[in-house]
Parts: sequence; structure tokens; C-alpha cells
Amino acid sequence: MNRISVTVDGVSCQDDVEPRLLLVHYLRDRLGKVGTVVGCDTSNCGSCTVLLDGQSVKSCTVLAVQADGGEVTTIEGLAPNGALHPVQKAFHENHGLQCGFCTPGMILASVDLLKDNPDPSDQEVREGIEGNLCRCTGYQNIVKAVRAAAAEMRSAEPQGVQQ
Amino acid sequence: MTVTEPAPTATAEVGRARLRKEDARLIVGRTTWTDNITLPGLLHLAVLRSPMAHARITGVDTSEARQRPGVVAVFTGRDLAGEQGSLPCAWPVTPDMVQPDHPALAVDEVHFSGEAVAVVVARDRYAATDALEAIDVEYEPLPVVLDMEEALAEGSPLVHAQAGTNRSFTWIFDSGEAGTGGSVDEALGEAEVVIRRRYVQQRLIPAFMEPRAVVCDPTGDQYRLWSATQVPHILRLMLALTTGTPEHQVRVIAPDVGGGFGGKLQVTPEEVITFLVAKRLGKPVKYNESRSESLLAAHHGRDQIQYLEVGARRDGTVTGFKVRLLADMGAYLGLVTPGVPILGAFMFPAIYKFPAYRFECTGVFTTKAWTDAYRGAGRPEATFAVERMMDELAAELGMDPLELRAKNWIGHEEFPFTTVAGLQYDSGNYEAATAKAKELFGYDELRREQQERRDSGDPVQLGIGVSTFTEMCGLAPSRVLGSLSYGAGGWENASIRMLPSGKVEVVTGTSPHGQGHETAWSQIVADQLGVPFEDVQVLHGDTSVSHKGLDTYGSRSLPVGGVAVVKAAEKVVRKARTIAAHLLEASEDDLEFSGGTFSVRGTPDAKTTIQEIALATFAAHNLPDGVEPSIDADATYDPENFSFPHGTHLCAVEVDTETGFTKIRKYVCVDDIGRVVNPLIVEGQVHGGLAQGIAQALYEEAIYDADGNLTTGTFVDYLLPSAADLPEFTTDRTETPAPGHPLGAKGVGEAGTIASTPAVVNAVVDALRQYGVDDVRMPMTPERVWRAIHERASDGGDRAAEGSIAYGGAPTQPATGGA
Repeated sequence: MNRISVTVDGVSCQDDVEPRLLLVHYLRDRLGKVGTVVGCDTSNCGSCTVLLDGQSVKSCTVLAVQADGGEVTTIEGLAPNGALHPVQKAFHENHGLQCGFCTPGMILASVDLLKDNPDPSDQEVREGIEGNLCRCTGYQNIVKAVRAAAAEMRSAEPQGVQQ
Repeated sequence: MTVTEPAPTATAEVGRARLRKEDARLIVGRTTWTDNITLPGLLHLAVLRSPMAHARITGVDTSEARQRPGVVAVFTGRDLAGEQGSLPCAWPVTPDMVQPDHPALAVDEVHFSGEAVAVVVARDRYAATDALEAIDVEYEPLPVVLDMEEALAEGSPLVHAQAGTNRSFTWIFDSGEAGTGGSVDEALGEAEVVIRRRYVQQRLIPAFMEPRAVVCDPTGDQYRLWSATQVPHILRLMLALTTGTPEHQVRVIAPDVGGGFGGKLQVTPEEVITFLVAKRLGKPVKYNESRSESLLAAHHGRDQIQYLEVGARRDGTVTGFKVRLLADMGAYLGLVTPGVPILGAFMFPAIYKFPAYRFECTGVFTTKAWTDAYRGAGRPEATFAVERMMDELAAELGMDPLELRAKNWIGHEEFPFTTVAGLQYDSGNYEAATAKAKELFGYDELRREQQERRDSGDPVQLGIGVSTFTEMCGLAPSRVLGSLSYGAGGWENASIRMLPSGKVEVVTGTSPHGQGHETAWSQIVADQLGVPFEDVQVLHGDTSVSHKGLDTYGSRSLPVGGVAVVKAAEKVVRKARTIAAHLLEASEDDLEFSGGTFSVRGTPDAKTTIQEIALATFAAHNLPDGVEPSIDADATYDPENFSFPHGTHLCAVEVDTETGFTKIRKYVCVDDIGRVVNPLIVEGQVHGGLAQGIAQALYEEAIYDADGNLTTGTFVDYLLPSAADLPEFTTDRTETPAPGHPLGAKGVGEAGTIASTPAVVNAVVDALRQYGVDDVRMPMTPERVWRAIHERASDGGDRAAEGSIAYGGAPTQPATGGA
């Protein structure tokens, strides 16, 4: 067993974990963060995407011990206390989800994408979320949602930052 | 019309692009996927699966596994043989259908790679999985059966030796015999042109994003079983029948379910095993499959060889269509396995006036995962066949493919129209949908560009593909299902509960898993009862809450389940009217009901709302004599006919002749799905359907190697398209009233999938026809396309790709046309 210390959605957690424990199972089974789901075993689908120190990672391919000392943001902690992150809001407003299983991962991957590229084109969004699979939407409304969120986040930025 | 429609008003909910109610929990991760459910003392079950496609089990030693840390129990097929029964097949399509015994856990023999052989139950999922390696199974290999044509040949090894054959059934429809048309052999004999083709519908995997999961809690008076299923009601009944458990002691709950696409229309071995193990141990047990297990052992779809003959006159008028199918059942018959290709029987004639038609389908056993419903289920295969053949005929006659279709389709003035397959289409306007699609597409302009590229020898060639499809939706009229020997009806149930505070609970027998019924049904009820959209809660998916239903598949939820909701609402209003009349001291005949308010004609101040009546009924202090204190109601609706959405899909592809890479340049579809409840949801359904149909054309195939191992058992190998692989779609609608349907709704869940596959293949073949290519086998990988061009392969790159990564299964015969 290894002792790890991780901040998850703003709460600091200390736990003894087996070295082989996957981060996603730590989140789901130990912390009850079941908003993060497992869709495949091979890091292809991205359903388990979370932010680790601000970077999107597929938590089925990260060991819990690798998150030691880190800060994890799951879909449940993306926006505080009942508020919605602009990307969450945009997914709702643009019908960017159907069954919703890929949605948490898709949203977090999009958040990371918009951090790197605040104004992506359709094609850049499509390439940026290539690591996340959706079987329901055909992606069109996801692309629309990400671009809508990007526009909202840009307009919300204080003008001073740009200058 | 048997249902009164509310007069459209500015505030009407139906037709409005309401944002979905479901989203609120899904976008913040506050969901109840089956794998999220945890119970005190929950045990975890892991499945040991056969590495052999076909073998006799000569010994299973579980002693070491039982000693592994955390392990509570290990079970083999022999341990459960007395109680596991045989997994159900509800659709014996012919009286003499061969239906092999289908144990949930293999007992003596395994018949496909991935079949469950033993299970470990342990205190956590890691311990259970670890102990699998300690189970020692001895297999005596038996010959594999992978190719349908070879499987039917004399002397082929048998999948089920005791059956004495690899043929499950042969089902025939002949228009000459049925009296719905002429003799197809005569028609083909007299035809001026006969086109013969052999097409392969490759095997696909539904690949819903949420892997299947099941939790069974055996404590208490009922067995509670949560499952990632799209059919909780069917599962409850079948679980009871299969295991001999009294039905009233089984409660099935489908919580949030992450997609299904037909893939969760099943009674799975894993559900039965988890149920039996929980029952045996008296403890709650969970099974959650890995993606690899899902790809290996959840049912597959499609997988047909189609031998097709179309006869026509030189002027393009079609005279006959003869269809012979081999349909791969895989190793067993699942819930509706044999019925899937038979559904297609009615759809091969599609929108065309074939005067003669014959359909013959043989179900074939192979040592592969069994096939069953996958989005469209039989109808995509049929649509592919007829739409490909129309293009081949057009090419043969030198006609424009749309002109040829227009010459043969049912004119909008000819409805209702009884097809050569015996279906009565109530409505349609193929001309209108096609005209709109052509305009959006820029058909003539793209044809010009295509010619320019041909003339200039551009290495990137343009192809244009057409698909003018229809489908039968709204499964299904119970009498029709009965005539096809299906084991159940096709009705749907709904009930409406008026709560004292005026809020409304709608209970539906449909079981949404992404379709947005909570939103759409709320819109319907808000209009019917005149209550706010926000005041309606839709309940579903728990057999104790929604005790009666036939679940969600076959684009049936709105055309059948939605009507049940309307009829229940009408009953509520009827009951409320009696009480309103009493309270307002008026005659029922003098009451008007509009926007949720009953008012007395001519006395504007005398009015009461249906929500007030709910409270008055709850209090029951002042009700008319003999009237029960309830305005709740339920309704069960059995459709009289299928519904027939249709549409025109146009696809332009750019094919790089040097690399074989296909890029979709433009995709336009105009669908006629009748009256729309929520255009936002409809558009989403179309997008997703298109993605899956396009994926069949370009990307997906379940491939078995020569030993019967699935080589596409992960998402690394099974190519689900990403956002970067798909184009932006242009979608639009026409709306032809459907007099045959109370809501005028036709169903949309499968349309995109059914229509798009042939549109894409027709486009690629259109680009390549100049090189002598008349088929490219799906999925049209760059390798297959390149070989089709450069090796002048007349078989669509099928055999040409033998030995390559794109080659699936054992050799098949080159294209020789109908057999």
C-alpha cells in the first residue's frame, strides 16, 4: 500500500492505495466520484477524462499513485455549488449530449482544449476532441457547443487581460 | 384522427425546441449508471471467457481460484446447469427453426470465442478479476465455422453437432404466392435488363458507450435487478421464465442507461448469471463488463450475404426483385436474432413499385458471437441492397440515379399504397423530400464538378451517392407480430398521476437511454393537460413504478408510447371534466377545456384549473355521487399499422485515387418523419444515426481471424469514428401528414442509420465506376478502395484484401451474382 495525498474537487484526501489502483477506480470506488465513468480499457474513448493539475488525462490510464500531490478536477467539481461551467451550459443549450455517458469526459477535454485554444475553428474542435468518443450525437452539436462556450468564455474575459 | 390535437397556440409545447430536462443531471455527473450502484456487502463478479471459438470443455478446476484472497465463490456452467435454463429467443420465425440450447454459462461446449465459462465472485473487482487466471479449463478444440456459404456446404463442420445442420431456418415471402404481386421468376425471365449482385453486409458491433452492467440484490421480498438494459420489462418477464422465478418476485430497474442502439435489447448471459449467483449466495452482486468483454460477447449486428436480382425494362421501369439472403446468426439465437433479417423482408421493395418480389432468407450458425438487433435491425440491410441496386441499374441504363428512382417510386398522389411486400404505406411525398435535398445539396453543380474532375484526370475524384429510403417504424401492431410468430405484442402503456399539488407524474412503458423521453413526453402532457412543462415529471425504467411496458427499440417510443401518453391524458381530462362540472355547477357539455382551465361557456368567471381539480379530488370533500376520488388514468395503445418515415439523402465524396482515402465532402438529408414534438431532439437523433450509418460504410467491422478469434476486440481495433472522422451534416425536413397515425409522428431513431450507408457507398462507387469498379466492400477502407481502383478488382476489393489487416474471416466466393 502507498499513502497518497490528492486534492479532488477542492477537497484534500489522504488514502492508502495499492500501487496498481487506477485513478478512475480511486475516484469512483473510494471517493464516490461516480460522475467519472469508464468506457473502455484502452484510453480510446475518453469517458473517464478528468483534469489533473489542469491538464486533461484519461483516468483509466493514470495510477492513483501518479496523482499523489496533485489536484484532480472531475465533472462534479468543475463548477462550484450548483453553478455551471460555460462548457457545461453550452452542452445543454446546444443539445451536445444524448445518453450523457461520454459527456463528463467530453466536457473536461473541451475545457482543456479551450485553455490552449480559446477560439478554435470547427476543424480544430474536431481534432481537439478526437480522443473522446461519442456514439449518440455524431459530434455536430458537440462541436457547436464547444464553439459556443469558447465565444462565451472570450466575451466574459475582463477586457484588461487582452491589452 | 382518433386523438384530438390541441389547437396550435403560441404557447404550444409540441413542436418547440425545448432544451432537455435530462441534461441537468448528466452534465454535472449526478447520474445513476448501473455501475454507480453500491449496496452493503456488495460482491463483484468477474467472468472467465473462452479463448477458443469451438471446443469441448473436458475439465474445469476452480480449486486454486477459490483460495485466492477475497474470493467468495466460483461457479462453472455445471454448477448452474440445473437452474440457468436456456436464454430466450422470442422469435421462432418458422415452425421448424433450429434453436440450440443456449446456456448462460457454457456447460459442455463453447461455441464462440468470448463465451462465458466460469465466474468468480469476490469482495472487490480487482480480486475477482485476479482470480480468473487461477481457473484451469481444459478444452478439446473442435473445428471452427466462420463462413456462411461454406457452413451450408455438404460436409461442413457443424456448430451444434446435435442439430445436424448449420441451417437454423429458411423463411420465404413470395409475392406471387401471397397474392401481393406477380411471379418474380417470370418477371426476371421477361426482363430486358437483369442486374445481379452479391453484397456483403459486414458484421458490426453496436458499441454503446456505457458497457453493460448489472447489479442484483436478493435481500428482501423481491429480487431487485438493476441493469444497463433498454428493455427492463422484457427482461423481467424473461428472467422469470428462464430461471423459473415467479415474475412478481422480480423487479428490474434500468437507471440511467448509456446508449443501446439495439445492443441492450437482450436478455444477456451476464444478467442471468448475476441474478442466479446473487440468489445462490443471498448477497448483492455486481457485474460490470470491460470494453473488451463488451465487444467480444455482447451481441453483434448485421452480417448478411445478399444475392440480389433486379429486372427492368430498358426505359428504367423495374419489373421484379429477387432477394436471397444468408444471415449470420452466430453461435446462438438471442432474443430476436432470427427476426432481424425477417424485418428486412418487408423493406427491400422500399419506395418502389416492383410488380413482383421474392425474399428468401436462411439463418446460418457460425462459431461467432450471436447477432441481434443493431440500430435499424434488418431495415438498413434491406435499404442498402435496394439503393445499391437502383444505382447499379441506373449505371447499366445510363440514367441519372435520381431519375431512375423517380420513375419507379410511389407518387405522392398514390397513397395509401399497398406494396408488393404487403405493407400499406399510409403517406409519403418522395418528390418533395428529393426536390428539397437536391436544392440544398447543389446537385447539378456537383455533377458538373464531377465531370470536370473526370475530364482533367484529377487524382481526387468526386462521387455522388443517392439514397431515397423509407422504413417501417413504430414497432409494432400486435396482430402483425403475431402473424410473424413473434412472442409478444407491440403495444405500449402510459399512466398519468395527478398529484395533490397539481404537479403531474407521467409513467411510461418506454425505456429511454438517450432519446430524451423525459423532455418530449413532458411537452406532450403539458399541451394535453395545459400544465407547465416544468410541472411534469416522467418516470420510467423501473418495473415497480412502470409496471407495464414493452420498452424502447425500433423507433417505437413516440409513434407507440407517445400515443399511449396522449390517450392517458385524454382520460384524465375526461375524468376531471366530470368533477369540474360538479364544482362549477354546470353541465359537462357546457364546459370548455383550454390551456388547463375548464370554463363554463357564456359564464367567463366560472372556471377552475385541472391542477385545482387535482387538489379537490385529493381532498374528496365534494365530489359528485358515485365518482371515485381520482382523476389518474392509464392507457395502453396498440398501433394499427407501422409508420413510414422516409427521406432523401445525398452524399458527395472526394476519393483520392492515389491513396484510396475517402472524404465526405457534403452530406445532405431531408427526412420526413411526420409531426415533430421536439426539433432539437429530432436533429440530434438524425445526426447520431448518420454517424452510425456512415461508420458502417467507411470504418467499422467486427473481424474474426481464421481460428475464430475476434481481432477487433478493443477500441484500438474496432474503429468507432471520432469527431475528426465525420463531416458536418446538412439536415432538413419535409412534413407530410400521416393520416394513419394518431399523433402524425412517424419515428426518427433509426432513419439516419438506415439511409446513410448506401448513400456513402453509392457515392464512392460513383467516383470509381469510370475505372470499372461496381462495388467496394464495406467498410471502404483506403486499402480496399485503392485495390479496387488499381487492381481492377471486380469483387469490390473483397478477395483482393485477403491476408491484409482489412480482410475479415475466411475466404468467400467472388461476386457471381444470384445463386
